[in-house]
Amino acid sequence: MATVFSRLGAWFTERAPGLAPVYRKHVTEYYAPKNFNLWYYFGSLALLVLVNQILTGIFLTMNYKTSAAEAFDSVEYIMRDVEWGWLIRYMHSTGASLFFVVVFLHMFRGLMYGSYQKPRELVWILGMLIFLVLMAEAFMGYVLPWGNMSFWGAKVIISLFGTIPVIGGSLVEWIMGDYLPADATLNRFFALHVIALPLVLLLLVVLHLAALHEVGSNNPDGVDVKHGPKGSRWGADKPADGIPFHPYYTVKDLSGVGFFLIVAAFIVFFEPTFGGWFLEHDNFVPANNLATPLHIKPVWYFTPFYAILRMVPSFFGTAIWGVIGMFGAIALLFLMPWIDAGKVRSIRYRGTGFKVALGLFVLSFFGLALVGMGVTAEAIPAWFPHADVTVWENLFGRLMALLYFGYFLFLGLYTRLGWETTKPVPERVTTHD
Amino acid sequence: MVNEVVDHGRRRFLTVTTSVVGGVGVVAAAVPFIKSWEPSARARAAGAPVTVDISKIEPGQKLTVAWRSLPVFIVNRSKAQLDALPGVDGRLADPKSDRVSAGQQPAYAQNETRSIKPEWLVVIGICTHLGCVPDFVPKVGAEPFDPDWRGGFYCPCHKSRYDMAGRVFAGVPAPKNLEVPKYHFVDDHTIQIGVDPKEAG
Repeated sequence: MATVFSRLGAWFTERAPGLAPVYRKHVTEYYAPKNFNLWYYFGSLALLVLVNQILTGIFLTMNYKTSAAEAFDSVEYIMRDVEWGWLIRYMHSTGASLFFVVVFLHMFRGLMYGSYQKPRELVWILGMLIFLVLMAEAFMGYVLPWGNMSFWGAKVIISLFGTIPVIGGSLVEWIMGDYLPADATLNRFFALHVIALPLVLLLLVVLHLAALHEVGSNNPDGVDVKHGPKGSRWGADKPADGIPFHPYYTVKDLSGVGFFLIVAAFIVFFEPTFGGWFLEHDNFVPANNLATPLHIKPVWYFTPFYAILRMVPSFFGTAIWGVIGMFGAIALLFLMPWIDAGKVRSIRYRGTGFKVALGLFVLSFFGLALVGMGVTAEAIPAWFPHADVTVWENLFGRLMALLYFGYFLFLGLYTRLGWETTKPVPERVTTHD
Repeated sequence: MVNEVVDHGRRRFLTVTTSVVGGVGVVAAAVPFIKSWEPSARARAAGAPVTVDISKIEPGQKLTVAWRSLPVFIVNRSKAQLDALPGVDGRLADPKSDRVSAGQQPAYAQNETRSIKPEWLVVIGICTHLGCVPDFVPKVGAEPFDPDWRGGFYCPCHKSRYDMAGRVFAGVPAPKNLEVPKYHFVDDHTIQIGVDPKEAG
C-alpha cells in the first residue's frame, strides 16, 4: 500500500515538481506564532462557513425558481416539500449570519492586535475587500426569497445610488432594470449571488491567504516571529517561536470547529429565525410593491452602517450625506494601516488611550446597531412615554456615530502628536520556554 | 537573421497602438453588456396612464393606485385638514415648493395645496429619501414621532415626515416634497394619472 502511494507521489512530482513545495510552504512548513489564542479561531471558521455557504447554496439552486412570480413559492416549496430542504435552507440562512459573526470578530482581532500595521497592509486591504464583497453577496442573497422585506430592502439599498447627483436616477433604473425592483432585478441579483460574487470572493480569499503567508501571521504579542530568533526542532533556520500550521493549528482549529458547529446546530435546529434577527418576520410575506413593512430594517449585520445612514440628515436638497457617512464608515476601516501611525501593534503594550478608544469604538458599534435594529425606537417610548422619540433617538444615534468616526480621528492624532505612552514590547512571544 | 538591430522606438509604438486599439475594442464590447441592464422594452411599455374613479373616496380617506408599478396616493382632504396646512409652514423644509422641491410637481400643482383642486391631493407615495412607501397618518394629535402632529405622511423606514400636502418637514432624512405626477380631471369623479390637462385637452 505504501508503495502505491509513494509511486503515485513520485508520478506527480515528476510531472509537477512545484506542487509539493507549494503545499509545504502554505501548510506543513508555514510557521505560525505559537501563542495564538481564542481570537485566532475566526479566520479558519470564516473559511468553514464559506464552504458551508457554497455547498448549501448549490443545493438550494436546484429547487429555487428565479422569477418574481415563483421565487417566494419555490422557497416555501424547499421548506415544506423538498426532502431535507428545510435543513439546507436554514444552514444557508444561519450560515449567512454566522459568517458576519465570525468576520466581525476576526476584524476586531485585527484592530486589537494591530494586524493591519506594516507589513500586513495588503492582508488587511484584501480582507476589507472580502468584507465588502461579502456585504454585497449577503444583500443580494436576502433579496432572492422575494419576501416583502427582500423587496423593500432592495428598494432602499438600490435607492442609495439615487442620491448621487445628476446620474443617480438613471443609475437606479440601470441597477433595477425597471422602475421598481422587479423580475429583471431578481434575475440579475441571482446571477451575481450564485456565480459572479462567489468567484470574486474565492479569488480574494486565496489572495488574502497568499498575502498573509508572504509576511507571516501576527500574534497577540504583536512581535514578528519571522524576524525573531531562529532555531527550533524543525530546523536551525526556522523561527524559534513558530510552529507548523499543520498539524498544530489544524488540530487547534478543529476544536474551534467542533464548538462552533454545536452553536450553529443549536440555531439551525431550535432557533433558525433567531427571533426575527436572522430571518425577519416580514420576509415570510410575499413582496408587495404597494405596502412597506411597518418596521423596515436590514438584517442585523448591516444595522450599524444603516443607523449612520439614518442619523445623518439631508441638507442642500440632497440625501447623499447619509450615504457618504455610511460608505465612509467602511472606507475609514480600509485606511486603518495609515490612520494608525503607532509603532506598537498589540493592545497588550499600547497606551491607555488606545484601549479606551477601542472600547468606545466597540460600544458605538453596538449602540448604532441598536438604533439600526429599531430597539431604541421601541425602548424610548416604553421607558419615557412623554418623550419625543425622534429627538432622543437622533441624539443617541448621532452621539454613537460621532464616537464611531471619532475613533479614527483620535487614533490618527494620538499616534502622531506623541500622546501615546507604550509599554516595552518583548523580544519574543511571551509564552516561549 | 537579416535585421540584427532591434528598433525599440518602433517596438514601443507597436505595443502602445496595439494596446490602445485592443482597449477600445474591450470598451466597445462592454457596451452591450452594460446596456443589457437598462429597463427592457417590456418594462418601458408597462408605463401606460391609469384612469381612476374617485367618487367613492370620502373626505379624509386615501386611495392607493398603481401607476408604472409605483403607488400613487389619492387623498380627499377634509376642510379641517386643508385648514391645518398653513399652520405647519414654519416646520417645513420648502413650504412653497419653489426651492429644492421646485421640480417635484407640474406647474399646475405648484400652489398652496400642491393640487389642481384643493381637496384632491395626488402624490406618488414614494419617500424622496430612499423610496419607501410612507404611511398615511391623517389623525391630528400627538404621535410618538411628533407630539405636535397635524396629519400627513410618516415614512416607517427612516422616519421622514410629510404634511397633508406631501410637503417634507425640516430636519428629517428626506430632502424633497413628495412628487406630484402628471394628472388631470376627466370629469368631476374621474382622474387620469400620467397625462397633463394640456395633453388631455
